Amino acid sequence: NLVPTPVKIDLINMLSETGLQVIEATSFVSPKWVPQMADHTEVLQGINKLPGISYPVLTPNLRGFQAAVAAGAKEVSIFGAASELFTQKNINCSIEESLERFEEVMRAAREASIPVRGYVSCVLGCPYEGKISAAKVAEVSKKMYSMGCYEISLGDTIGVGTPGSMKEMLAVVMKEVPVGALAVHCHDTYGQALANILVALQMGVSVVDASVAGLGGCPYAQGASGNVATEDLVYMLNGLGIHTGVDLQKLMDTGTFICNALNRKTNSKVSQASCRL
Amino acid sequence: QEPQASGLPEYIKIVEVGPRDGLQNEKVIVPTDIKIELINQLSKTGLPAIEVTSFVSSKWVPQMADHKEVMRGIERHPGVQYPVLTPNLQGFHSAIAAGATEVSVFGAASESFSKMNINCSIQESIERFEEVTKSARNMNIPVRGYVSCALGCPYEGNVVPDKVAEVSKRLYSMGCYEISLGDTIGVGTPGSMKKMLEAVMKEIPLSALAVHCHDTYGQALANILTAMQMGVAVVDSSVAGLGGCPYAKGATGNVATEDVIYMVNGLGINTGVNLCAVMEAGNFICTALNKKTNSKVAQASFSTGTI
Repeated sequence: NLVPTPVKIDLINMLSETGLQVIEATSFVSPKWVPQMADHTEVLQGINKLPGISYPVLTPNLRGFQAAVAAGAKEVSIFGAASELFTQKNINCSIEESLERFEEVMRAAREASIPVRGYVSCVLGCPYEGKISAAKVAEVSKKMYSMGCYEISLGDTIGVGTPGSMKEMLAVVMKEVPVGALAVHCHDTYGQALANILVALQMGVSVVDASVAGLGGCPYAQGASGNVATEDLVYMLNGLGIHTGVDLQKLMDTGTFICNALNRKTNSKVSQASCRL
Repeated sequence: QEPQASGLPEYIKIVEVGPRDGLQNEKVIVPTDIKIELINQLSKTGLPAIEVTSFVSSKWVPQMADHKEVMRGIERHPGVQYPVLTPNLQGFHSAIAAGATEVSVFGAASESFSKMNINCSIQESIERFEEVTKSARNMNIPVRGYVSCALGCPYEGNVVPDKVAEVSKRLYSMGCYEISLGDTIGVGTPGSMKKMLEAVMKEIPLSALAVHCHDTYGQALANILTAMQMGVAVVDSSVAGLGGCPYAKGATGNVATEDVIYMVNGLGINTGVNLCAVMEAGNFICTALNKKTNSKVAQASFSTGTI
C-alpha cells in the first residue's frame, strides 16, 4: 500500500526523537520502478533534520545522486550485489556494469564531500543463484570500499543465512575490509536475524541495520517477513549491556504509530509482548 | 559430545514439547485423535524425544484431560523417548499405569511463580518431586527436571542466577538426569542467558543441562545460540512454535522447532531430525487448529516452495 507523504514524514520525525543516529529517509529512484518512493523530494525536504542525525538516501545512479543533492541530501547509499543473476534481475546489468555506474556517483560525491554508504546484497544467499561464495562477497565489498564507500552494509537479502554462514562470510570479508567499516543488514525471513547479528557482533561488527516494527516483507517469499525489527534488536543489545543511545519505549511508540497508519500488525515481538519485567 | 573447534557441540538433541507444552497453551481443545496423529508424525521425523502429555488433574489443565488415551494411543518408535509431566506421586502412578517410561517434574526459580502456578512454595514442590523421584528410582524410570522462570518471572521480575542454580542443584541431586532451564516468559537475552548458565554450570555438569527458550520477545534463537556456544547440547522447542504465552496476551511462546533446526543445520551441527518432515507435521497441526504457523522457516518455505 502506498503510504501518504505526511505519514512518511511523521514517521521519520518520530524516529528522529528516539535516539537513532541514522535514518534512511527515501530513495531517489525512478517512480516507474518504485512507486512507493515517488515522493522522495517532498519527503527529504519535509522532514525535520535534527543535528547529529544522518538521513542517507538511496541513489542508484548519477541522475538520482544529483536529484538527491538538489533536494538537500547530505549522505547517499549505493546498492551492489554479490550475485550476477540478482544484479541482472534487479537493476538490469552485470555486477561490473553496476560498479561502473557507481564510480560516477562516487566521483560526484567526492567532489561534493558527500559520504557514500555501500550495500552488498545477497551476501548469504541469492533467490536466483542459491549459494553465494564468501570470496565473491569479499570481492564486491572490497571494490566498493576502494571506490570510497565509508561503510559496507552486508545484506542477507532473503534471510537464509545462519550463524554458521554469517561467521564464514564475515571471516573472509574482514580480510579485505576493516571491521570498523562493516555493517550487517539481516532479514528475518527464516527467523535467524538476531542470532546472525549476535555472531556479527561477536566478530567485532558494530553497525546494524534494522527496520522499525520489522516493516518490509520479502518480495521473494510471499507472506514471509523481511527486515529484522529495530525494537527486537535494541531489546537484545540492551540485554547484552551494549549501548545504543536508543530509547526503546519511544521506538515502540513509533512502531505503533506506523502500524496503525498502515493498518497492519507489527512484526516486532517485543512490541507484541505485553509482559512487564 | 566433544566440542568442535568452534566450541559448539557436534550434536544437538532436540526435545520436542509441542504436543504438551505447545498444545497446553493453545486455546482450542484438540481432539485426542489429532494429538495422537501429531505425535505419530513427529515420531517419524528423527526427533529423539517427544513430550507427549501431562498427568495433571483435568480440572487444572483441560487440554491434557485425555492423557491416558494419548499415552496408550500413540505408536512408540524405538529410539524415541516419550516423557510425560507428572506434578506429583499420584500423577506419576497414573502415568506408569498408562505405560509411561519417562517422566518430568516442573520446579521454578521464583517463589511467587511456584505459589501461583502450583499453589505451594519451592521447598514444598521439591518435597513433592522427591516422592516422585524416589518411586521413579525404584522402577528405573528416568526423570527430567524443569526449572521455570530461569531468566525472569511474570510476578517477581528479575530472577537471580544463584537461585536458578540452587533449584537446579536440588532437582539434580534428587535424581533428575537432566535439568531443562526455562525462560518461561521469553524475557531473557544472550546477556542474561550467559550469566545464568555460568551460575548453574558451577553446580550441574554441562551434559545434564538443557535450555527451554520462549520466543515472546524474539530472543529465543539468539539465546539458544549463546547456550550452545557455552556447550549446552539439548534444546527444547515446539513444532510450528505451538503454544502462546499465558502471561502476555497475543504474544508468542515456545520457539519453533523448525527455526531451531534450520539454525543448527546452518551451523553444521547434527540433530538427526528431518526438517521437511517436521514442517509437514507443523502444517498438519496448524491446519487442524486452523491457525497460522509461528515458524518463520515454515512460512518462508511454504511461500517459496523450497527450503
